[in-house]
Amino acid sequence: MSFAETFLNLDVLRNSFPLLLSGLGVTARLGLVSIAAGLVLGLFVALARIYSVQPFRLLARIYIDIFRSVPLLVLLIVVYYALPFVGLRLSPFMSAACALTLVSGAYAAEIFRAGIEAIPRGQFEASQALGLSYRHMMTDVILPQAIRIVIPPLTNNCINVIKDTALASVVAMPDLLKQATQAQALEANPTPLIVAALMYVAILWPLVLLVGRLERRFRQGGS
Amino acid sequence: MAAIVSIRNLSKRFGSAQVLTGVSLDVEEGEVVCVIGPSGAGKSTLIRCINLLEDFDKSGEIFVDGIEVRKGRQLAAVRAEVGMVFQSFNLFPHLTVQDNIALAPERVRGLSVEEARARARRLLDRVGLAAHADKYPGQLSGGQQQRVAIARALAMEPRVLLFDEPTSALDPEMVGEVLEVMKGLAGSGVTMIVVTHEMGFARQVADRVIFMDGGQVVETGTPQQVFDAPREQRTRSFLNAIIRH
Repeated sequence: MSFAETFLNLDVLRNSFPLLLSGLGVTARLGLVSIAAGLVLGLFVALARIYSVQPFRLLARIYIDIFRSVPLLVLLIVVYYALPFVGLRLSPFMSAACALTLVSGAYAAEIFRAGIEAIPRGQFEASQALGLSYRHMMTDVILPQAIRIVIPPLTNNCINVIKDTALASVVAMPDLLKQATQAQALEANPTPLIVAALMYVAILWPLVLLVGRLERRFRQGGS
Repeated sequence: MAAIVSIRNLSKRFGSAQVLTGVSLDVEEGEVVCVIGPSGAGKSTLIRCINLLEDFDKSGEIFVDGIEVRKGRQLAAVRAEVGMVFQSFNLFPHLTVQDNIALAPERVRGLSVEEARARARRLLDRVGLAAHADKYPGQLSGGQQQRVAIARALAMEPRVLLFDEPTSALDPEMVGEVLEVMKGLAGSGVTMIVVTHEMGFARQVADRVIFMDGGQVVETGTPQQVFDAPREQRTRSFLNAIIRH
């Protein structure tokens, strides 16, 4: 068998492509849901960590520290295999989405906190002196500036989340990696894995390019 | 006539340092008060207490237009009536000049976008920057930025305007344009409390000059009284030190 027949076998590709595509769809959906939920969760946790009263501030810190130190694989197994023992049975998709969200939310919270704390005090004072409410100060003045600062690290976080979706195959999620390994076993040929790798690159590369463009645009707009 | 700003027995302690001690001050409508004194005298702290950017000891109280300044629901309402111009401008770098000015009238006063922008352009015209409405703060000189900051404060139509060393961060050649705008405001009846090192401005524009040192009001009077015939030794030595260089 030649190199091409082994690693890029067109017959194997044709047979396994529909499976891989459905796996890609699952991976994309899981990634998007976890990223979006993680961003929202992270923003609120960051605000709680910086501005709320003591018990909530402490809770936010504990949450951030724990979920940044628990390995995602362990968390996935706990959510999927252990929670049913206390009566909470989640679907594979929900289990994976919850675990990914909890972890990406913790990272996003730290990123948001760093972004907010990088805004000079004068911006808060000017907003307060104008009589802006807390909500308007955050949505109109602080967060738009913080977002420019946090976009590069948040994007790295997004890329990590999408890569981490591959771990969801351990809880029987038919994601891209799971489909690829199954197809590989079925066909006794590594082509599906190679194609899956190319698919991961294909969805992550545009993300990286997009970020570069956003960063350049923000640099021109702001001071 | 009732005072717009009324400060009673204001004290503030920063750890072990006593920053303000028993300061009382009434400012009437249309009055221009200049606060002078050496660095560390508590001048900036005093005016930053008026809109509660600095907290102060419970023994003191401040009223703006009859409303007590303290933490709580009415604080934003009080702050909306007190405009402030900062030493470092503190414009919002992500908004155009026009939107810097229009933001608070829209969000706090409930103006429509069109009304707020029209007001912003009127005020930009007043500070001589009508041509710069669509620029970002970073594209303007320091003097121009400070004039935008003045327009932003004016856009809320506050009862009183506070200036916290508005020309101290400026290159010397830009001080004049900002002082000109402030003179224009003083002439048009805006109530102003100005912390400044510009003695010429204080002498020319102030209705009343307050000399502070060590967290206390040492002397207060008309510019002529304070500058030409200071009663207190500390005022005399401060003025001498300034005039000598």
